[in-house]
Parts: sequence; structure tokens; C-alpha cells
Amino acid sequence: MKSKKAELLVGVFVVLTIAAGLMLALNVANNSMSGSDDTYTLYAKFDNIGGLKVRSAVKVGGVTVGRVDNISLGNTDFTPIVTMSILSEFDQFPETSSVSILTSGLLGEQYIGFQPGFAMEGIESLGQGDYIEDTKSALVLEDLIGQFLFSSNDG
Amino acid sequence: MSWLINLGASTLNRLEMFGRATLMLFGAVVAKPQPLKLIPLTIKQIHVVGVQSLLIIVVSGLFIGMVMSLQGYTILVSYGAEGSLGPMVALSLLRELGPVVTALLFAGRAGSALTAEIGLMKATEQLSSLEMMAVDPLRRVIAPRLWAGIISMPMLALIFSAVGILGGHLVGVDWLGVDSGSYWSIMQATVDWNKDVVNGIIKSVVFAFVITWIATFKGYDSIPTSEGISKATTETVVFSSLAVLGLDFILTALMFGIE
Repeated sequence: MKSKKAELLVGVFVVLTIAAGLMLALNVANNSMSGSDDTYTLYAKFDNIGGLKVRSAVKVGGVTVGRVDNISLGNTDFTPIVTMSILSEFDQFPETSSVSILTSGLLGEQYIGFQPGFAMEGIESLGQGDYIEDTKSALVLEDLIGQFLFSSNDG
Repeated sequence: MSWLINLGASTLNRLEMFGRATLMLFGAVVAKPQPLKLIPLTIKQIHVVGVQSLLIIVVSGLFIGMVMSLQGYTILVSYGAEGSLGPMVALSLLRELGPVVTALLFAGRAGSALTAEIGLMKATEQLSSLEMMAVDPLRRVIAPRLWAGIISMPMLALIFSAVGILGGHLVGVDWLGVDSGSYWSIMQATVDWNKDVVNGIIKSVVFAFVITWIATFKGYDSIPTSEGISKATTETVVFSSLAVLGLDFILTALMFGIE
């Protein structure tokens, strides 16, 4: 009887652990964008990426459609190249789309805002390995203040 | 000249001790496993080592989560960033405090008991009697305890983290008035299953292995007198706590140090 009780308590222990693991998996961790999802890759060249980081979000109107995979520097023109993996279910973006680096909130992290262009005839949609031509760099606060001082001196 | 001799002697002693510890580990784990006999014994030991540590783990997890939430809130609120309370509590619990504090408590609660039990078995010549009856004490006594420790400590660490996050919710949301939705949703957006949760589990498995290895070896290797057992018990707690803290730095540097 004593050993049965021990086994029962060990069973309770295991159930508790599974409950804790499930809570961590479902409530605490985000695994919606884990590797198993189907994605395709887009590239974009920026003049300045500011504080953008690998794994930053790519958002269309606030909805996350992908993540930044890699950030590297072009070999010849020394501009940053950002590699993004976009979920395959969003594969209808036209070629005229533009991307800009935005900040969520005043102190928040930076993300890529994806602005879908107009879908017209003769314009193909973006696919695996395409470059997005129309990019807007990150806003650097120091540059902004510099411009402001410059223009206020003028006037 | 004499200090050279002392240095050599103590180095040789250390090496010999490592050798004995490794031999014990191999004798208990590797040589001819007998799962049919091992599993019931291990379950019994999980009850002793794991289930009976549950109370202290749950209570300390709850209070550590509550304290972190309280401390974090007073700092974050001055930046208007109290929405980040959830990720702060969750990340520090999952990455560091869960595995480390559980390991320290486990070393104090279960490790010392393992050492004292095995040491007393040795002092009262129970281990020798087992050998007389052609029962290998490594496999009958040491192996189930090793496995029980390695299995139950990661489970305890998971429970610790989960209870701590709930404790943080209790203080942060129910008492201090952080928004419940932002507590959970920003936590979900920040915590990554593979990077944070799985790495925490890997850490606690490593700590569990080190602690139970040290605890069983110190008991098995103790001088069979009352003084020797008390020394072995102390050494278990001291050595395994130091080993956990040192290993934690190395593991953290490997897991989170280089992006």
C-alpha cells in the first residue's frame, strides 16, 4: 500500500510538470513563428538600418507577416542588406511595394513596416529572392535634431 | 621543496577522486542496465527526491516571482514601461532563476539527504551486506538515486518557473494593477520557446546531473564515521552549489552570450 501511495504521488508530480510545461508553451512562449512554417525570402537595401535587429518583425499595417532573418553589408556599395523571411500565405505583394524601418512607440523596438503597392496589370508579385527597390531608412534622432537646428538657423 | 610535494600530492588526490567518481558513475549507469529492476526503484526515489521537494520549490517559486514583480514594478513604472513586467519576470525566471534557484534548493533539500543516506548505509555496512548477497550496490542503491535526481530536478525547475510567473501575475496584475492582457501578450511576444524555455531545461538537466553525481559520490566515498558523514554532507552542498553557479555562467555565455 505504501508503494502504491508513492506511485500515486509521483503520478501527481508528473501531471503537475506537464501542466507547468503546457502553461509555459501555450501562455508564455511564442512559437507561432517557429521554423516549421513555410516562408519565402525577400531582400531590401537600406541606407541606414538604425536599431533593427535579427528577428525583428515585418509588419503590414501592424500585422506581423514575417521576420528579419539576417542583416549584412553589401560588398561593393557598403549599404546594409536586410534579409526577410515572409510567411508563404502572404505571397501576393506587388512589386511596387515599399518597406521602411519604423519604431513601435517612443522607446519601443524597431521593425520593418511593409507598405503593399498597387496591384495593376503588368506588375508581378514579389517572390523568392526578390529585392524590394523602394526603401526608406530608419529615422536617426541625431540627424533629425541636426536638420531641425540647421533649418531654424536659416529662418 | 615541501610545498611542491604537497601540491603534487593534492593534485594526485583530486585526480584519484575524479577517477573514483567516474568509475562509480559508469558502474551505476553504463554497465549492464536492467530496466525492469531499475524503474520501480527509480519511481520510489523520485518520490523521495522530487515529490518531497515539491513544497519548498512551489513556495519559493511563488515568493520569488512575487518579489521580482514588486521590485520590477517600482523601477519600470517610473519609465511608464510597466507593460514590460511580464517579459521581465518570465525571462529572468526561465533563463536564470528557475534552473539556478531550483538547483541550489535541490542541493540543500535532496542532495544533502542523498549523501547522508548513502553515507550512513556505508557506515552501518549495509552496502557491504548487499555485496555479500551478490547485489551490486552501485546498481541497487546508486543508480536509482542518480536517475531520480536527473529526472526530477528539471521537472521541479519547470514547476518553479510556472509558479513564479503566476506569483508575478498575482502581485503585478491583481495587486499593483498592471493590465492583465499586456502582462501575458507582451510576455508571449518576447519569450521564445526554443531560445528561452528549452535552454532553461537544458541548464536544469546539466545542474541535476552535476548535483546528483556529487551527492551520490560524496556519500559513496565518505569516511564511514559520524564525522565523515557530516563532512561529506557539507561538502555536497558546498561543492554542488559552487559547481552550479560556475556552470551557470559558462552555459549562459554559450547560450545567450553571442548573438
